[in-house]
Amino acid sequence: MNDLSDLYQQVILDHNRNPRNFRAVPGANRSAEGYNPLCGDRISLQVRVDDDVVADVGFQGSGCAISKAAASLMTGAVQGKTTAEAETLFRAFREMLAGGPVAPGKLAAFSGVRAFPARVKCANLSWHTLSAALANRAEPVTTESPSD
Amino acid sequence: MLDTATLRPDFPILTRREHGHRLVYLDNAATTQKPRQVLDAIIHYYSTHNANVHRGAYGLAVEATEAYETARQTVARFLNAWAPEGVVFTRGTTESINLVAASWGRTHVKAGDTVVVTAMDHHSNIVPWQILCQEKGATLRMVEITADGRVDLSDYGRALEAKPKIVAFPYVSNSLGTVNPAAQLAKLAHAAGAVVVVDGAQSTPHLRVDVQALDCDFYALSGHKMLAPMGSGALVAKPALLEAMPPYHGGGEMIERVWDDHSTWNKIPHKFEGGTPNVEAAVGLAAAIAYLEELGMDRVAAHEQALARVTIERLTRIEGVTVYGPREHRAGVVPFTYGDIHPHDLATILDRDGVCIRAGHHCTQPLMRRLGVPATARASFYIYNDVDDIDALVTALRKAGELFGVPA
Repeated sequence: MNDLSDLYQQVILDHNRNPRNFRAVPGANRSAEGYNPLCGDRISLQVRVDDDVVADVGFQGSGCAISKAAASLMTGAVQGKTTAEAETLFRAFREMLAGGPVAPGKLAAFSGVRAFPARVKCANLSWHTLSAALANRAEPVTTESPSD
Repeated sequence: MLDTATLRPDFPILTRREHGHRLVYLDNAATTQKPRQVLDAIIHYYSTHNANVHRGAYGLAVEATEAYETARQTVARFLNAWAPEGVVFTRGTTESINLVAASWGRTHVKAGDTVVVTAMDHHSNIVPWQILCQEKGATLRMVEITADGRVDLSDYGRALEAKPKIVAFPYVSNSLGTVNPAAQLAKLAHAAGAVVVVDGAQSTPHLRVDVQALDCDFYALSGHKMLAPMGSGALVAKPALLEAMPPYHGGGEMIERVWDDHSTWNKIPHKFEGGTPNVEAAVGLAAAIAYLEELGMDRVAAHEQALARVTIERLTRIEGVTVYGPREHRAGVVPFTYGDIHPHDLATILDRDGVCIRAGHHCTQPLMRRLGVPATARASFYIYNDVDDIDALVTALRKAGELFGVPA
């Protein structure tokens, strides 16, 4: 098994090269910053929530292919979802990275990250940041918080 | 070049396989592997001489004390220290610098004073001074670097005009590989009236170092970066400075007499070694020094510089690779980036070929901001590395380029 190509699947390489929703969000009413102090990855996330639905979401920042592609695919996955549905997706994504069942849709592309424990935080960073934004938590998210 | 075919069997870890490949360990600026001779010295110490030092009235304790104090003399001789009592054993460079900041710094630095560091310093030679300056209301002045990664001497001169109390800099940069003109920097700082602290974490393992010739005041080093165990290290200082300094950690060993409400201090260096010391680390460090002296530090330096030169030549031939740091006066540290591939992705990909490199900010975030990159990849060499390792690095890098389609 070539696990490098499991990690860097075409969809991940594509979203790394051409990240979707890599922009500021007009009329954003939620935002959060995420930071991985170990590698310096940094994400700034803006969300517009209308009637408890993620109407628009965008991110900016710098990071490795895994963190950038994860952020890009996340923005696509949560667009139009209720905040509760977005949290459910986050849970599914985290469980997949922890060795659980493969997450739905394009998020399945990150199943290869399981074989690279050092890179799990890269994949999770944008999701933690989204969760903080939706909960209106002011503190910047860091990957060195106790959860994972 | 050193005869790596003879050296490599001394390092048991180099026989292990990594994802089906030979282990190509190129993260020596982070820590080095340990030869059998060092491991044996530690086992021998625990198997034959172990007891608590400086207190037992029995033979075994005398032997343990002898082993510990002989190690101190070995470090002193290796660096041409002012005296063995000017060698304080610590957990490493970080603790050594914190000791100077907390003891000499707290005593002498006052509100309005200046402490000077450089933009290429490791966090361990920045943060202790930030803490000190914040506590005292003093100013921390960071000296800029040139575009090719050397200390900007004109900015250094301007920083010295403030008559700083302390000037701290690395002899060799862990992030760029720059070998700084340490004796010249120390001389200028002394002329401005400062005390000079040299971060020797990256110089001690790789160059012949003579602290008296450098004429610094404090010199910090880590054993684990020079074949010795983790948690070994020392602060080498002018004895007169240590004599006048208050203790760092209170506890056993560092006292002369303890009364209900006050104490008097032991002689140097014991005044700074509160608690049972890490004798194993000191013994291991002495064995590492013996190993390096057998090779000869001039040959060690020449070996690594040759590897760095070949690496830079080979890397710059790959389209899209940028190598950072000066062309000349550099040690065996080669930082680089490859197109827009994030260094973390590079490290993951190289690891699958058994090639261990460092990726990230290398504990030098102020430097990274000046280089204008969030992170770099870094290959760093030691005595057991050879041209085969460089071949493995280049081959793995080409694979990464293919996978990511770089150059685009």
